[in-house]
Amino acid sequence: MTILHLAVLAPFLFAILVPFLFKYFRKVHTGWFVLFVPLILFIYFLSYISVTSDGQAVMQRMEWVPSLGINFDLYVDGLSLLFALLITGIGTLVILYSIFYLAGKEERLNHFYVYIMLFMGAMLGVVLSDNIIVLYVFWEITSISSSLLISYWYAKKASVYGAQKSMYITVFGGLSMLGGFSLLYVMAETFSIREMIGNADLILNHDLFLAAMILVLLGAFTKSAQFPFHIWLPDAMEAPTPVSAYLHSATMVKAGIYLVARLTPVFAGGAEWFWIITAAGIFTMAWGAISAVRQKDLKAILAFSTVSQLGMIMSLLGAGSAAFYYMDGDNALYTTAILAAVFHLINHATFKGSLFMVAGIIDHETGTRDIRKLGGLMTIMPITATISVIGLAAMAGLPPFNGFLSKELFFTGITNVAQYDMWNGDTIGMLLPVIAWIASIFTFAYSAIIFFRTFRGKFKPDMLPVKEVHEAPAGLLISPIVLVAAVLMISFFPNILAYSIIEPAMMSILPGILGEGSNFYVDIYHWHGINLELMMTLGAVIIGTIIYVTMNKWSKLGIYQNEQDIMTTVYDNGYDALIKGSQVLTRIQMTGMLRDYIVYMVIFIVLIMFYTMFRFEGFQISMENASEIGIFMYLILAALVITIMLLPRVNNRMTAIILAGFVGFLVAFIFTVFRAPDLALTQLMVETVSVILFMAVFYHLPNLTKDNIAPLTKAINIVVAGSAGLMVALVSMSAFTYGQTTPFDAISEYFIENSVELAGGYNMVNVVLVDFRGLDTMLELLVLGIAALGAISMIKLKVKEDDDV
Amino acid sequence: MEIVMSAVIGLIFAVAIYLMLSRNIIRVLIGTLMLSHSVHLILLTMSGLQRGAPPLLFLEAGAYSDPLPQALILTAIVINFGVTAFVSVLVYRTYKEHKTADLYDLRGAKDE
Repeated sequence: MTILHLAVLAPFLFAILVPFLFKYFRKVHTGWFVLFVPLILFIYFLSYISVTSDGQAVMQRMEWVPSLGINFDLYVDGLSLLFALLITGIGTLVILYSIFYLAGKEERLNHFYVYIMLFMGAMLGVVLSDNIIVLYVFWEITSISSSLLISYWYAKKASVYGAQKSMYITVFGGLSMLGGFSLLYVMAETFSIREMIGNADLILNHDLFLAAMILVLLGAFTKSAQFPFHIWLPDAMEAPTPVSAYLHSATMVKAGIYLVARLTPVFAGGAEWFWIITAAGIFTMAWGAISAVRQKDLKAILAFSTVSQLGMIMSLLGAGSAAFYYMDGDNALYTTAILAAVFHLINHATFKGSLFMVAGIIDHETGTRDIRKLGGLMTIMPITATISVIGLAAMAGLPPFNGFLSKELFFTGITNVAQYDMWNGDTIGMLLPVIAWIASIFTFAYSAIIFFRTFRGKFKPDMLPVKEVHEAPAGLLISPIVLVAAVLMISFFPNILAYSIIEPAMMSILPGILGEGSNFYVDIYHWHGINLELMMTLGAVIIGTIIYVTMNKWSKLGIYQNEQDIMTTVYDNGYDALIKGSQVLTRIQMTGMLRDYIVYMVIFIVLIMFYTMFRFEGFQISMENASEIGIFMYLILAALVITIMLLPRVNNRMTAIILAGFVGFLVAFIFTVFRAPDLALTQLMVETVSVILFMAVFYHLPNLTKDNIAPLTKAINIVVAGSAGLMVALVSMSAFTYGQTTPFDAISEYFIENSVELAGGYNMVNVVLVDFRGLDTMLELLVLGIAALGAISMIKLKVKEDDDV
Repeated sequence: MEIVMSAVIGLIFAVAIYLMLSRNIIRVLIGTLMLSHSVHLILLTMSGLQRGAPPLLFLEAGAYSDPLPQALILTAIVINFGVTAFVSVLVYRTYKEHKTADLYDLRGAKDE
C-alpha cells in the first residue's frame, strides 16, 4: 500500500464518510467537505509532472491475487497523469459548482456525493491500473456510478430510462471488453499492460488477434459513445448538470479514448486497427455534429456535440496508429494525429466543461433549456454570455482560441492519411478530410445556434417558468470562469503544456518509436501561412454561417421537427422485442404443469448423457465375467416385468397399491438372491409400512380414473420415458463392464479386512453404516426427523379460507 | 445376469418416468416409488452380482459380496421411505385443500 494506492482508494474511503457528514452537519452543504478530496488529489498528481515530463514512469505494486497474476499495480506515465489531472481538476470544479447548483433543501446530497466519489475513485483506478482485470473492475464501477447519477432524480421517468439505457449499453461493452481481455491474456500470458506491450509481437501474429481487438473496441466504443452506441449519451443528460459536465463530457466518456490510446502499442500497426477506429471516429464525428443541429434542448445539443468531438479524437487515434507501421518518430506525418488527439482531449475538457456549466446556469436561472423559449439573455446575464462566447468560439474552432489550434492540427493529421502509401490511404483515405470538413461545418452551425438562440434575439419572459431572470450567483460562475480562463491560457500560450503534459502523453501512446533520449517535436502556433487547413476552417465558417442564416427555412422540415436519433428507435424497438420475446419464452417454458417440467428435465439429462457417452465412446457392453442366471431368476424377473407393465394400466387405487407393494416385495426377493440379507429385511419392513401408509392416504383420495391425455402428448410421454429407460439400462451395463475391466481394486477390501479389527462387528454392512460411516447414518436420522415433522405439520396445518395454497 | 438385470432396471425406470408424467397425482406418487426401486437395483448391479457369500464375516467364506453398495442402498431405502411418507401426506393435503387429484387442474394462477 503506497501513497499512490491510497490516492486511488481515497474517494472510496471518503464515500463511507459522506452519509455521516450529511447527517450530522446539516447546516453545511456536504459538498464543502467533499471538495477537499479532488483538490488534494489534484495537487498530489501535479507533483508527478516533474517525473513524467522527463519521460519517466512510476510503477507501484501491490499483490492482490498473485497466484492468478492479478495485482493491484498502479502505473503513472504521461497518459495516465493527463487523465488523472483531468479527473481531479475538473472534479474539483464540478463539485464546487454542484454546491451552488444543488442548493435545494430537499436534495439527497448524501446519495449524490457518494456516487460522485465512487465514480472519481473508479475513474482514477481505470486510468492508473496496469492490470487489465483491475482496470475492468474499475471500468464497471464507472458504468454503475454513471447510471446511479443519471437516475439521481429517480422520480422522473426520463431519468430512469436514460440510466437504464446507459447501463445496458456500457455494461454490454464492458462484458465484451472482458472477453477481449481474456483473449489478450491467452495470447500474451499476462494481465499487465506493460508486459503486453513488451509481448506485442506475440499478440500481433496470433489467430485471436482480430477477435480480441474487436471485443476490446466494443468496450471502448460503447463507453466513448461511438456510433451506433452513442445513443445513451444524449439520454444521460437527464442527470444533474454537474454530472453531465463531469462524467458525460470531460472524464468518463473519455475512458474509451484512454483505453484505445493505452492499447495502441499492443494492437496498432495493422490496417484493421487503423481503419476500424478511424472510420468509426470520423463517422461518429459527422453523425454527432449533424444530429446536434436538430436538437432543441441546450444540453442535448451539447451531448451530440460531445459525441461528435469524441469521434474526432477517436479518428485521430486511428490515423496516428500508422506511426507503428512506419516506426519513424521524427516524421510528423504520422505523429501529428496523436498530438492533435492529446491536445484536443485537453481543450475539449476545458471548453465543453464550461459550456455544460453555462447550460446548467441558464436552466437554473430561467427554468428551461429549450432554445425555442430562450433568447435575449445577453444583457440580462452578461457574465454567462461572455463565458459562452469564449467556450463556443473554442468549440467552433475559431481563431485564436484553443479549439482552433487543435482543429487545425486535426485537419493536418487527417489530411496526412491521404499521403500514406498503404492501407488505401491514398484512395479511400481521401474521403476522411471531406467528412471531417462537413462535420466541422455543422460544428460551427450548432455553436452559432447555441449562442444566437440563447443570448441574442428577443427575450421571451412569458415563455419562461421563472418570473424574474437575472445573472447567476457568483458561486455558480466560479467554476466556468476558471475553465474559460484555462481555455484562454491554452489559447494564447499553448506551449506551456507542450513538453510538460502533451509530449509525455504522446510518449506513452507511441512508445518505442523514438530513438533513445529524443523527444517528439511539439510546437503549437497559430499562423501556419495560408494553407489547406486554414482554407478548410474558412470554408466551414462560411458554409456554417449560411446554414445558420437559412435556419428558418429548413427548420420546418420533418427531419428537424423530429429530433429522435434513428438508433434510439432501433434500441427502443429492440428492447421491447426482447421483453416480449422473453415473456413468450417464459410462457412456453413455465406452464405450471409438473408433467412439462419433468419432460424438460428428463430430455435434458438424456440428451446430455447420450451426447457425452457417444462423444467419448462411453457405452461399452460386454458379457464377460457376467454371472450365471438361475432358472428361478427368470421367474422372478418375469413376474417383475409383468407387474411393472401392468402398473400404468390399472384404474383402481387398491389394485395399484397392491401391485406397487408386489414390486417392492419382488425387489426384496431379488436382494435375498443377490446375497444382501440386510437389504431384503429392510426392504420388507419398509414396503409393508409403505403399503399401509398408502392405504391410509389413498382411502381419502378419489379412485383412479383413466388419464385423459391427448394422443400426441401420450406418444411424447412414451418416447421420453422409453429413452430415459434406455439410457439407464445402457449406463448400468457400461458401469458393470467398466467395473470388470478397469484394474482398480474395490475400496470394499478395506471394510472386509478391518470390520472385525477396528469395529468388532461381523456384519460388514452394519459396521459400515454405524461405524465407518456413522455420521452419515446419524444425519440420515435427522432427515427422517425432518420428514416426520413436515408430515405432521402438514396434517395439523390450518389453512384460512382465502389463503392461496 | 447383470446385463439382463440392467434391461429390467431400464424398464422399471421407463415405467416410473411414464407414471410421473401422468395427470393423476397418485400415479406420480407410485412413479417416484418405482424410480427409487430401479436406482437401488442399479447400485447393486453395478458392483457385480453373486460374487461370493453375503457380507457376513462369521461365514468365513473365501469371497464376500461388496458391502459398500449394500450399505448405500440401505441408507437410500430408509431415506426414500421418509420421502415417500412426506409426499404421501403432501398428496393427501393437496387433495383436501383443492378437491382434485388432477395435476392439470392444479396449475398455478394464469398470470404468473
